[in-house]
Amino acid sequence: MGDQAGVVIVGAGQAGLSAAAELRKRKYEGPVTLIGDEPALPYQRPPLSKAYLSGEMALERLWLKPEAWFAKADVSLRKNTRIKAIDRSASAVLTDDGSRIAYDHLILATGGQARRLPLPGADLPGVYVLRNLAEADQLSEHMSRLKHLVIVGAGYIGLEVAASARKRGIDVTVIEAAERPMARTASPLLGGWFGAIHRGYGVDVRVSSCVDSITGGDFATGVRLTDGKTIEADAVLIAAGLELETSLAEAAGLTVDDGICVDGQARTGDPNIYAAGDAARFYSKRYDRHLRLESVQNAIEQGKAAAQSILGIEAEYDPVPWFWSDQYELKLQIAGLIEGADTMIRRGDPEEGCFSLFHLREGRLVACEAVNCGPEYMAAQRMIAAGATPDPERLRDLSVAMRDFLS
Amino acid sequence: MAKITYIEHDGTEHVVEAENGLTVMEAAIRNMVPGIDADCGGACACATCHVYVDEAWTARTGERASMEDSMLDFATDVQDNSRLSCQIKISDALDGLVVRLPEEQG
Repeated sequence: MGDQAGVVIVGAGQAGLSAAAELRKRKYEGPVTLIGDEPALPYQRPPLSKAYLSGEMALERLWLKPEAWFAKADVSLRKNTRIKAIDRSASAVLTDDGSRIAYDHLILATGGQARRLPLPGADLPGVYVLRNLAEADQLSEHMSRLKHLVIVGAGYIGLEVAASARKRGIDVTVIEAAERPMARTASPLLGGWFGAIHRGYGVDVRVSSCVDSITGGDFATGVRLTDGKTIEADAVLIAAGLELETSLAEAAGLTVDDGICVDGQARTGDPNIYAAGDAARFYSKRYDRHLRLESVQNAIEQGKAAAQSILGIEAEYDPVPWFWSDQYELKLQIAGLIEGADTMIRRGDPEEGCFSLFHLREGRLVACEAVNCGPEYMAAQRMIAAGATPDPERLRDLSVAMRDFLS
Repeated sequence: MAKITYIEHDGTEHVVEAENGLTVMEAAIRNMVPGIDADCGGACACATCHVYVDEAWTARTGERASMEDSMLDFATDVQDNSRLSCQIKISDALDGLVVRLPEEQG
């Protein structure tokens, strides 16, 4: 292609790595430089709150590619390197030690950092967040001698850590401001059900509760709630979502609006700059609105889309989103997006720990939340993609096999 | 340790020495065998690490667990010897194992 400087990817997480791998898989011949600010090889994030944190998964099982892959694929991995600016007029990025790295095409896969809450005491030792490997290691190390952990936030990370901590014999209190767990992404029935499951495993789940401050002098000793109650603990995890890293894009004059704005080919407004992953917001024709998805699927597929765009392959990135979460012996799998649904159909009995919730909008299936129900989840993925309008009575009927909805 | 042979859909063979305790999926990733994506990293959530176990080995790799079975039920080109390679744990008993990769993962 005659590229001299090649493709530079800022962010060596799952999206950045996926873009690099796709470029090489599709025989891109220019240089590929993958820049990350962490000391580790690119790794999987999902286990950090699950098997890695509960001690069931060794470090080297987190690597997305073995070290030898980078040499073999001729992908130049620059670890411990923070980018401080994009010089669009010169087509180069600037590292914080002052060096310049030129690009022909730039992919921003910058993700973000765990959100820290501006609470009194939030910077005390013993207060943790969880997004990256170093943070998981710090929390895990402390967990080996913890008696009681308070988790602020009952989203996926908060609840997965609660389950991992219970596996390690730690007492757990979860504080959630909303009236149920997983309020932002899951249906009310599912969120409430997961709350009950956690209580069954001995977690003190307190919803509609707000933290006023973190108590302690030299070290966190618990939290104080806005109603004046205090909860003693040896450590506090703030699990309050993601703070996007969009400042580089913004400073470079790219459009940023709850994420770096891209089209269905992962292109920003600058023809040489692309964005992918947690920090990228794209227009979805399927949903007729802009979406920003924080998921492994999105990181992988949008990373690939950016690579394909660079190679001139015209493919529209417009997925049926999917997510999963492992808590205790439960596998939650979600296909589609619930927002906008008007009807919910329950299939199976929540009391038996294996059920699915189908969400329809004007008769059309838009989402499925499946707990320990592989067939429902897998079938729903295809049905949503096909725009299926299943009969609610048959969906509810366990004697009708999911396969029958696909013909 | 177990010797595992992965055969791509086009016939290309990859022979690797795999450590006990890893999964057949992980041994493929570590040894850069193409065609096993394993998007979910082995959580049995995505069905992108589908393999066909050579007939001579199906008894030793064992039965599919229920979640794996249901994921495969809706995967593409499934056969009786289909498995998710993230669910096959490597041991000495699998020394010599041969698996083939489906066309879709090529």
